[in-house]
Amino acid sequence: MAEAAESSGDPGTTSPRPLFAGLSDISISQDIPVEGEITIPMRSHIREFDSSTLNESVQNTIMRDLKAVGKKFMHVLYPRKSNTLLRDWDLWGPLILCVTLALMLQRSSIDSEKDGGPQFAEVFVIVWFGAVTITLNSKLLGGNISFFQSLCVLGYCILPLTVAMLVCRLVLLAEPGPINFVVRFFVVIVMFAWSIVASTAFLADSQPPNRKALAIYPVFLFYFVISWMILTFTPQ
Amino acid sequence: MMAAADELAFHEFEEASDLLAETPDAATTSGSNQLTPQGHVAVAVDSGGSYGAEEEVEESDRTALLQEEKQQPGFWTFGYYQSFFDVDTSQVLDRIRGSLLPRPGHNFVRHHLRNRPDLYGPFWICATLAFVLAVTGNLTLVLAQRRDPSIHYSPQFHKVTVAGVTIYCYVWLVPLALWAFLRWRKGVRERMGPYTFLETVCVYGYSLFVFIPTVVLWLIPVPWLQWLFGGLALALSAASLVFTLWPVVREDTRLVAAVLLSTVVLLHALLAVGCKFYFFQPLPLAHPAPPTQAASLSPDLPPPP
Repeated sequence: MAEAAESSGDPGTTSPRPLFAGLSDISISQDIPVEGEITIPMRSHIREFDSSTLNESVQNTIMRDLKAVGKKFMHVLYPRKSNTLLRDWDLWGPLILCVTLALMLQRSSIDSEKDGGPQFAEVFVIVWFGAVTITLNSKLLGGNISFFQSLCVLGYCILPLTVAMLVCRLVLLAEPGPINFVVRFFVVIVMFAWSIVASTAFLADSQPPNRKALAIYPVFLFYFVISWMILTFTPQ
Repeated sequence: MMAAADELAFHEFEEASDLLAETPDAATTSGSNQLTPQGHVAVAVDSGGSYGAEEEVEESDRTALLQEEKQQPGFWTFGYYQSFFDVDTSQVLDRIRGSLLPRPGHNFVRHHLRNRPDLYGPFWICATLAFVLAVTGNLTLVLAQRRDPSIHYSPQFHKVTVAGVTIYCYVWLVPLALWAFLRWRKGVRERMGPYTFLETVCVYGYSLFVFIPTVVLWLIPVPWLQWLFGGLALALSAASLVFTLWPVVREDTRLVAAVLLSTVVLLHALLAVGCKFYFFQPLPLAHPAPPTQAASLSPDLPPPP
């Protein structure tokens, strides 16, 4: 201990002594039992957490996932630069949105096979393959976002367009005419812009700076095609 | 020091780009090197500046490093495909501008691609063109129906598939055939090697860009105006292709050159005319009334009491 005090007295001149240098002189006698319990609070917390998700009720599980999905919906509706969508990504939201959109967009069975709007499968394929292509494109350009994070963001940002589809369906129940069309057009344009702004807010930061436009343009094309499908939807 | 800075600035040399075309794997060194390391193409800069022996060694070291860097990763790695997307926004815009304004002396591949073809441009230009074709084709139907309510409107979603398949096949299969043909004729040419497959795809992809605004302009329902725009777009696009292919083909016999170039232009014209007729049909015949069961189920009719 004396040596340690000396070395701390003049720091610059001598080489630093190893910590606890004096402890090697202490010997432990054989008859003192060295035993006890070491509890790491975090580990026990995790074990407790694991068993609780197994034993919890189904309602709890579903509500937890639904709350996560709902929280992300809020993030899309009020887009700020935040990391929530990227950090805790999930694909439930995109699946729900895609199925809703495809169900609403599919042509009725009375339509002729050849000339009608998209089928359920076509909408589904366009949404998912479009999202996969855009993700591959941004990764090939050198973006540092993971595959599923990007799919998650693109899927969640379809929410404004799904809302537009709902509104369009309601508006179509009224009298057909030019006002009808103008209202639908306006709603779709606003929601299209909202989707683009939301997805740009989340995705733009992960792209290399001189290629941002190259990565964002396919997103623009993707939402444009979906908006087009919504706008040209005519119930028979 | 000023003279040295001037020599170090990048100069564009016609000779250099031609030499680079002959040996695409070589790296160029500039400077009045006395010794040229093997495998390097040296362009003599006639500036009278003298470089010390140390600088020459440095140059050859650096170019050796550059050559090692250029080793392509295997085609099963992600990095291989990433090398085809190694472009910046400004480069893509520059290439698009180059395809829109073809000039006789300017070879698209040499001056704009500079041996770094990319797949981003062709892929997304084709996708855009396919969707724009389907959308504007549908829009003409909407506008026609507004004028003549007897025309039956339908979203015609299957046209998207047709457009996509046609354009992607065109941009992949025609350059494949062209590239194969040029390689077969390679023996006749001494000076310039043929373009790689990707460069051919690139040229074709970027040359299709001019059709995107044209297709939008085809919304105007005046027939002679549509043909005028179509002709203009075809001329620009085909000119860009011809000016790019001319340096490669002029070494060949007259007959082969003429046949090749006219085939290229003809195929391009076929694509343009085919798209015009398929997507912008002269007004479709009025469909017969929907089947009576559907009419009676229509929500407009009041339910029978």
